[in-house]
Amino acid sequence: MADMNVKIHNLEFKNPVTTASGTFGFGVEFEDFIDLNLLGGIFVKGLTLKNREGNPYPRMAETASGMLNVVGLQNKGVDYFIENIYPVIKNYDTHIIANINGSTIEEYIGVAEKLNDLEKIPAIELNISCPNVKQGGMLFGTSCRSAIAVTDAIRKVYKKTLIVKLSPNVTDIAEIAKAVEGAGADAVSLINTLLGMAVNAETRRPLLSTVTGGLSGPAVKPVALRMVWQVYNAIKIPVFGIGGIMNATDAIEFILAGATAVQIGTANFIDPQVSIKIINGIEEYMNHHNIKSVKDLIGALEI
Amino acid sequence: MRKVIADHVVEDIHYPVEGNYIIRLKSHVNIPPVKPGNFAQLLINNSPDVFLRRPFSILNVDYKKRIISFYVKIIGKGTGQLGKYKKGDKVNAIYPLGNSFSIPGLGNKALLVGGGSGIAPFILLAKELRKNNIRTTFLLGGKSKKNILLTEEFEKYGEVLFTTEDGSLGEKGLITDHSIFQSAHFDFDKIYTCGPEPMMKTIGKIARQRSINCEVSLENKMACGFGACLCCVTETVEGNKRVCMEGPVFNVNFLKWQI
Repeated sequence: MADMNVKIHNLEFKNPVTTASGTFGFGVEFEDFIDLNLLGGIFVKGLTLKNREGNPYPRMAETASGMLNVVGLQNKGVDYFIENIYPVIKNYDTHIIANINGSTIEEYIGVAEKLNDLEKIPAIELNISCPNVKQGGMLFGTSCRSAIAVTDAIRKVYKKTLIVKLSPNVTDIAEIAKAVEGAGADAVSLINTLLGMAVNAETRRPLLSTVTGGLSGPAVKPVALRMVWQVYNAIKIPVFGIGGIMNATDAIEFILAGATAVQIGTANFIDPQVSIKIINGIEEYMNHHNIKSVKDLIGALEI
Repeated sequence: MRKVIADHVVEDIHYPVEGNYIIRLKSHVNIPPVKPGNFAQLLINNSPDVFLRRPFSILNVDYKKRIISFYVKIIGKGTGQLGKYKKGDKVNAIYPLGNSFSIPGLGNKALLVGGGSGIAPFILLAKELRKNNIRTTFLLGGKSKKNILLTEEFEKYGEVLFTTEDGSLGEKGLITDHSIFQSAHFDFDKIYTCGPEPMMKTIGKIARQRSINCEVSLENKMACGFGACLCCVTETVEGNKRVCMEGPVFNVNFLKWQI
């Protein structure tokens, strides 16, 4: 039997396959399709301090091997999550990780403090990379100074595992990763979406209500792999690899490039069972190549 | 209502008129109960060109033969590629998705207004209305006689009225200009409409002016179809709601339409 366990900070994951925030709702949306208890973890939809309606429709445009979105963090706020959603999902036998967002550092702190005492939320993912909000979001993740400021502020109030989600819309992602490592992050996750846009030549109008939006799917995978590899080589804390993973081979490529675990995103929309297929596929790969522990694959890229 | 994801094979596909086809898919597992207004997400071929699934209203279901059918108008790459499928080709489908039309009380009278491929959910709706003893009138519109499909099917369930833009069938003009709306006997308790948004808005306005309960079925672009991506939202009096979960059927007064 292949050992699929991985460790992120002080958290044991039963396997390296988790689902990316914003692509998996709160897990319950997938209950008809898979056994959620088989997942390594679930990163739930991004939370903010107050209710957010998000951006106007249209919010999505299909592109070659990918899609653009401008959802804009629509959610009912952290209090609604704690009162209405957490009680429903807390008994899943998988790590439920909350993704937190804010327009100001104070808002991020407000969300993090409220999540501190939730027994079944062992970690948060600090999202400093959302490209689809006017204030905050990606602005925090595109300079070392602001990335340090928000990470440091959250580190001071949040007691459990702190994962920082990085933006690819930067000159040097390894510099940002080093900065948040220095500010107390326990792990990083990358990449969030790449800023893009789509145009209708006939109507001369943009396809998204906000003109620009976040690109995801296999179209971004080579960029994501490169960034995971660069970050892995620059820091000591573990990396969650994200970006266009559609199957087990893609996931293994990210692990070889240095990811300790992966997040499955856009693929969930096309095949709501894909996360489980990826877990099984990694196990088959390990059996086929006689690899005892998935840990032996992390950063095992041969150059 | 439990959703299923399952491989199907094309049983047959036929084009009643150029650019429009009816595709019937056979499932290898039992088809779960489908309600009028529900839709399915079909995986066309997951190519770089057609990356996401495509949502389609469910036209009809034969539970015994495990066949589910769709009426598709070719509007882009996805609908075009699906239209080239042959008997035996594999199509993965997720359904039933979304909410469904509500059925009024016994003895009520319903008007179903459909333009183009907007008639797709009306067969299942007509069956359900008959079960509930609702007197049903259909008002179907299109460019020309050849664009108005399934009329014999609808005639089984009630009176069928037509409008065509060229006058080749029924009244000439737009569906929203049909004389029934001016009739002294316009005494419907419920209006259902599905089709192009300007048409639905006009029908919604007529219904609102006459205080008739009116339900519309929306076709917003979506990525997942089961509530996860939040891409397909529409503005309602209670904030943004997902067309794939809280819809696709909405009471017109719940929407923030400027009508």
